[in-house]
Amino acid sequence: MFLILTALAAIICTVIWYANAPEDKYKVGLLSLIYWGATLMWLIDHVMAYLTEGGEFFEINLDATMLGILVIILGLIAWEIALLVSDPKGALKATLKR
Amino acid sequence: MACFLVPMGEAIATTVVQKVVESNEKKSGAAKANTGRILWSRKLGWLNNMLWGGCLLLALEHMWHGEIVPWPPFLTAMGNPADIAPMMHEMATIGTGMAVFVTAVWIVMVAIADAKVKSAPTLKASSAGRGE
Repeated sequence: MFLILTALAAIICTVIWYANAPEDKYKVGLLSLIYWGATLMWLIDHVMAYLTEGGEFFEINLDATMLGILVIILGLIAWEIALLVSDPKGALKATLKR
Repeated sequence: MACFLVPMGEAIATTVVQKVVESNEKKSGAAKANTGRILWSRKLGWLNNMLWGGCLLLALEHMWHGEIVPWPPFLTAMGNPADIAPMMHEMATIGTGMAVFVTAVWIVMVAIADAKVKSAPTLKASSAGRGE
């Protein structure tokens, strides 16, 4: 389930990035690459586990869903940290100077 | 068990390469000059973001499953000698597979981006070489 949720987050972020391109003031491109990286890695993990161990390809249960939500939150936190550090709007700098 | 350590190793190496390339581009003036091409430091940035982002989220998944812990030896499998060989096998197969797949997707991304920039001469002057 976390693979599906992360892939969904990656697709949504890519659509938002494309809608605003070539402008990427708020680094949505970075967020989409974070989610795509995880999606590709989990895809390989799922494929190899399926080929070697068999069983269900997607793990659909509450535990995997909660993990998926947590993964999306961690991606957003990483993106927000990058956004606050780079401060493209200058809002943080202006607030701290007040 | 610890498959994400392989892409993490690659991420460390590509981050170092990106910093060196970026420094060379600044020295040579390529970063300021509008060459009509996408800078290699920018292309490597895409790979770094995918690798580091993927490793961060996979590390959380491993913590969730109790495969990594915040105290030494950090990897649960390292605490039991019988688990070390399966962990190494997983790193060699799944970990290497992850690193290769992400890199392969990035190569395709770079090829498409380069082809797009070449086929759009009007965009060359305005958007090529921009950051992120």
